[in-house]
Amino acid sequence: MDDLIAQVQPMIPALRRYARGLLRDPAAADDAVQDCLERVVAHWHRRRNRNARSWVFAILHNVAVNQLRQCARRGILLPVEDAGEDALASRPMQEDPLIRRDIFAALACLPEEQHSVILLVSVEDMTYAEAAEVLGVPVGTVMSRLSRGRERLRSILDHPDMSDKRSRSHLRSIT
Amino acid sequence: MSGRPITEDDLHAFLDGHLDEARRAAVAAYLAAHPAVAARIGQYGLQRGELRAAFDAVADEPVPSRLNLLHLAAPRSRPALAWRNLAAGLVLVIMSGAGGWFLHDWMLPPAKGVAALAREASDNYSVFANDRLHPVEMRTEDMKSFVAWAGAYLPRIPAIPDLAPAGYRLMGGRIVATSHGPGIMLMYDDDRGTRLVLLSRPMAVDQNRRMMAHSQNGVESWSWATGGMGYSLVGTVPAERLHPLADDIRRQVTVPS
Repeated sequence: MDDLIAQVQPMIPALRRYARGLLRDPAAADDAVQDCLERVVAHWHRRRNRNARSWVFAILHNVAVNQLRQCARRGILLPVEDAGEDALASRPMQEDPLIRRDIFAALACLPEEQHSVILLVSVEDMTYAEAAEVLGVPVGTVMSRLSRGRERLRSILDHPDMSDKRSRSHLRSIT
Repeated sequence: MSGRPITEDDLHAFLDGHLDEARRAAVAAYLAAHPAVAARIGQYGLQRGELRAAFDAVADEPVPSRLNLLHLAAPRSRPALAWRNLAAGLVLVIMSGAGGWFLHDWMLPPAKGVAALAREASDNYSVFANDRLHPVEMRTEDMKSFVAWAGAYLPRIPAIPDLAPAGYRLMGGRIVATSHGPGIMLMYDDDRGTRLVLLSRPMAVDQNRRMMAHSQNGVESWSWATGGMGYSLVGTVPAERLHPLADDIRRQVTVPS
């Protein structure tokens, strides 16, 4: 159990960050992290020799994606452009809120599979192999999602006038 | 430059810092020679920086206490039980002066016969009657296969008592382990969800024994043995209301000789 605390405790800020990136709503994101941690506690002895970080992130990813799908099915989540600012996660209140909001909105336009790869690689600094382990896909798939996702993000940020594209909410694309 | 062509994967790995020194140099040379590609990768780099700046704020927030791993990993304590233990402790402290010798006997776990059966039945009640998901392993509609299955464990399967006249329906049953071998547990409930458990198993000691009451942590039971089989009816209903049900069951399971 000490082993569990020592290894997982330091990951919690990053887990919250990843969940927030995927789910946007801070309370829903923390729910997912809590659910994830409960599973981690219950199954810690079964993780064998797997890298603890990718094992824990994989659990969180599955919890968060299930939550997204359930919400999408129930139709609770709004497309990002309809949501008030409050619903858009905690906009990090840094020097340039406009840019920040743009990047959140742009990210939300990506399909979930590209969205999660970008978060794992760019924000969580995972290697491609680790990201592949979290997502349960081959490294080649990680690479192609990463490259398509980055390109898509670039074109959205480059052409804000094409924001009608945003009506294609990523929430709808995963149903 | 090495013979391997530069791939899109190399460009991303360059950006993410996952290339070895030789490959990194090769990609850098390629980018120097291809400004349009370099501009695109540069934009990916900006994206990366913006994402990190945006999300790092989340990681800097204090972790809410519901996500404190020390709390989550701590064994769940049941407050009701804690109070009960405390109360039992107080009783013990108060009585130990006057009647310690008496308590000594009383506190020893009954190890054999119908008294042991009563304990086992109460223990099983505590585990399964509080289970909302799978209180029984076989439901009423599978009772035929349940009886056949139980036959593999027990030499004789008692009749399954019908408590419908008293308002209790059979929910189903399961095979359980007791410290005296396998037993059959049947569970009943009424319209208000009150659950009763009937445990039966073969008896080595107390082959025939009149009915006796037992009370354990607020769980009441009536237990008896007849023809080598022991029975214990358990519930959280008052002992005097449980008694007539136990009498009724005894009538139903006793083979007329």
